[in-house]
Amino acid sequence: MKALAARRHHRAAPVVLLLLALLVTGGVYAVLAPSPATAETASTATDVEEGQRLFQANCATCHGPNAEGTPEAPSLVGVGAAAVDFQVSTGRMPMQMSGPQAAQKPPQMNEEQTAQLAAYVASLGAGPAIPTEEQVDAELGDSANGALLFRTNCAMCHNAVGAGGALSEGKWAPPLDEVSEQNIYQAMLTGPQSMPVFNDANITPDEKRDVIAYLVEQRDGSAGGLTLGSLGPVSEGLWAWVVGLGLMIGAAVWIGAKSS
Amino acid sequence: MSTDTSPSTADTPTTPAGKAADYLDQRTSVGGAVKEFARKVFPDHWSFMLGEMALFSFVVLLLTGVFLTMFFDPSMALIEYHGAGPEAMQGQLMSVAFASTLDLSFEVRGGLLMRQIHHWAALVFMASIVVHMMRVFFTGAFRKPREINWLVGTVLMILGLAAGFSGYSLPDDVLSGNGLRITDGVVKSLPVIGSYLSYFIFGGEFPGEHIIPRLFTVHILLVPALILALIGVHLFLMVLHKHTQYPGGGRTHKNVVGYPLFPVYIAKMGGNFFIVFGILALMGATMSINNVWNYGPYDPSPVGAGAQPDWYMLFLEGSLRLMPGAGTEWVIFGYTLPLNVLIPAVVVPGLLFTFLFVYPFLEARVTGDKREHHVLDRPRNVPVRTGLGVAFLTAFIILALAGSNDLIATHFGMSINQITWAFRILFFVGPVLGFWITKRICLGLQRKDRELVLHGHETGRIVRFANGEYIEVHRPLDEQERWLRVNYDAYKPLEIEPATDARGVKRPGYKKDKRWQKLSRFFYEDRVEPVTPAELAAAHSHGEHDEIESAQHSPELVSGAENAEREH
Repeated sequence: MKALAARRHHRAAPVVLLLLALLVTGGVYAVLAPSPATAETASTATDVEEGQRLFQANCATCHGPNAEGTPEAPSLVGVGAAAVDFQVSTGRMPMQMSGPQAAQKPPQMNEEQTAQLAAYVASLGAGPAIPTEEQVDAELGDSANGALLFRTNCAMCHNAVGAGGALSEGKWAPPLDEVSEQNIYQAMLTGPQSMPVFNDANITPDEKRDVIAYLVEQRDGSAGGLTLGSLGPVSEGLWAWVVGLGLMIGAAVWIGAKSS
Repeated sequence: MSTDTSPSTADTPTTPAGKAADYLDQRTSVGGAVKEFARKVFPDHWSFMLGEMALFSFVVLLLTGVFLTMFFDPSMALIEYHGAGPEAMQGQLMSVAFASTLDLSFEVRGGLLMRQIHHWAALVFMASIVVHMMRVFFTGAFRKPREINWLVGTVLMILGLAAGFSGYSLPDDVLSGNGLRITDGVVKSLPVIGSYLSYFIFGGEFPGEHIIPRLFTVHILLVPALILALIGVHLFLMVLHKHTQYPGGGRTHKNVVGYPLFPVYIAKMGGNFFIVFGILALMGATMSINNVWNYGPYDPSPVGAGAQPDWYMLFLEGSLRLMPGAGTEWVIFGYTLPLNVLIPAVVVPGLLFTFLFVYPFLEARVTGDKREHHVLDRPRNVPVRTGLGVAFLTAFIILALAGSNDLIATHFGMSINQITWAFRILFFVGPVLGFWITKRICLGLQRKDRELVLHGHETGRIVRFANGEYIEVHRPLDEQERWLRVNYDAYKPLEIEPATDARGVKRPGYKKDKRWQKLSRFFYEDRVEPVTPAELAAAHSHGEHDEIESAQHSPELVSGAENAEREH
């Protein structure tokens, strides 16, 4: 103890104390924190009721008390569970702030609450349902056909491999590399924000799965090495200057400094 | 290079290298040339290696290009793809050119590496040309006798653009196809000849079936041959003129201070070649570039977001993106004059390239200087040239950024419309601001040089005299430092003969002279003259006076000054 007391004025003492405090806090939090709800729910009458309560607390300000819509936000009657699941599970709704486009953020509702909200909105009028796991299974899709479909229908906004792109007036088509398969399917089906709807007559469910297969294939990276964001020639040019010219000029300065 | 290249007739060489050299020399008399070149002196500076970097990138381009040519098939025949390429390409309809690009990337051993090195080398080739041109421009290395070599270099840069563009289009993918479509649009925008020229280039309506084989010939035969020939001229003129050197003591327009080619520069250049090759190989091995299978085989209907040309063409893309479309397409007597394409794609680059071509002659005319220049300028000593160079680069960079406006919008969370408007304004305001700020900075630096030459370095040593007066002791510049700061030309605006002669008769050509004088004033009205020997002598006598005085007073220095002395 004496040895410890002798070192309490050591330079590293505050850092060590801080680390210890962080460790204790983290440990206590890990023990005491509530574990996330994992209950699987099929939509029931209680879900709808619970969903309505959540809706009135979180959504009604803009969408109206009965989801009938207001001048600020559209009616949700008939948008279906798929639209709710997409918007809420990606954190786009409830909307953080108004802007050109609802931005993604960490989801505010947990899975159960999302399902309850979806059940409530679905009960208001018939609309697209949440896709099944089989419908979004990339393994079952044909990525070659997906590539064709993506190039014709999606690449003009989302970039050839889904790296995202700009739209007018500060809106944007988000990158798709981290979007879940289910959300990709739902986005095609419901057309959130600036995105057009690709209904089942337009792109069939099988074709939607092909598109998902193509996008999932892109996550394997490139055969050529680092993808550099898959943004095309601008990022390649930037790296040619930074890495190529940067290293070469550095080397030239070094060679120049080595005078004979 | 052999160890002994000029054996005397008396003693025959004994080493194998010497024997080989002797064998060669007896049959070709190459010894004289080798001796001459080995002793050729080059000045030493890292910025003289920028052109080398371009040359070595070109060598890498040739080496990898030869490899690629062996496997690439420039045919636009349509086939269904089944090969080792990515899953997403299987069974797709594509041209043989695209399929052979996939094959050479995925089936040929080392093919993808070669393709990527080739493409990175192309980007670096153009980048090092631009940096080399910047070095030559800002240091005034284009002045007499090197104006023609500047022209050769500028043509080489344009040929580099042609090589890059024609090669970029060869794989026949969606991205490069979009680029070709823009080219077609630009060609068609030319008044009268546009549509004929487009049909001539594409062998019919775009895209046709001829463009890829034609571009192939351009890319692997025509342009590289021209580039090689002009590199020969460029280097020949460089050797003929001797290399320029940075200013410094002992360096004049009549000598070259440096080291001989052999062994110093052979080692440095050889080393630099391997470094350039190594960096390009590293980039090709680790960073993917132009993954054509991402874009897919060309089809005129799709366009992907983020469709841009390689960086050296971005200024054209940006120019097109900035041009407002509404009201700029005129129909005159049933003929369309598409100014929305003609101005950004023909007039703007035309102006930029014209500037590069005429600048050396323009500057020669307004200085009225007909001497040869082998010592480089420090950019600050030619404020207007430096300012014009910065203005040019500002315009070029703003256009290139405008060509990337969508990526700027997504990556910085901005509105693409606002970015476009900002660039529209900046394209006109930016170069003027760039010119003005640069010129002021140059003049300021020149004044600081004057100050430094006249009064020397501040030493931080404060001395108090017995009468209470404080002075800071200044250390005079050494010879080298002073030479660098006083040895430049501060040109004055042209002086012209009067409008009328002694009898009051109007002089023909007066108006023309007057115009040149006006331009000359723009260049040289504001200037900072170098310190003259008389000024220096005056300042020195003053300085010595200080020193003598401080020496006299030193025994009586107060403790504060002693502290200062100790620190010093």
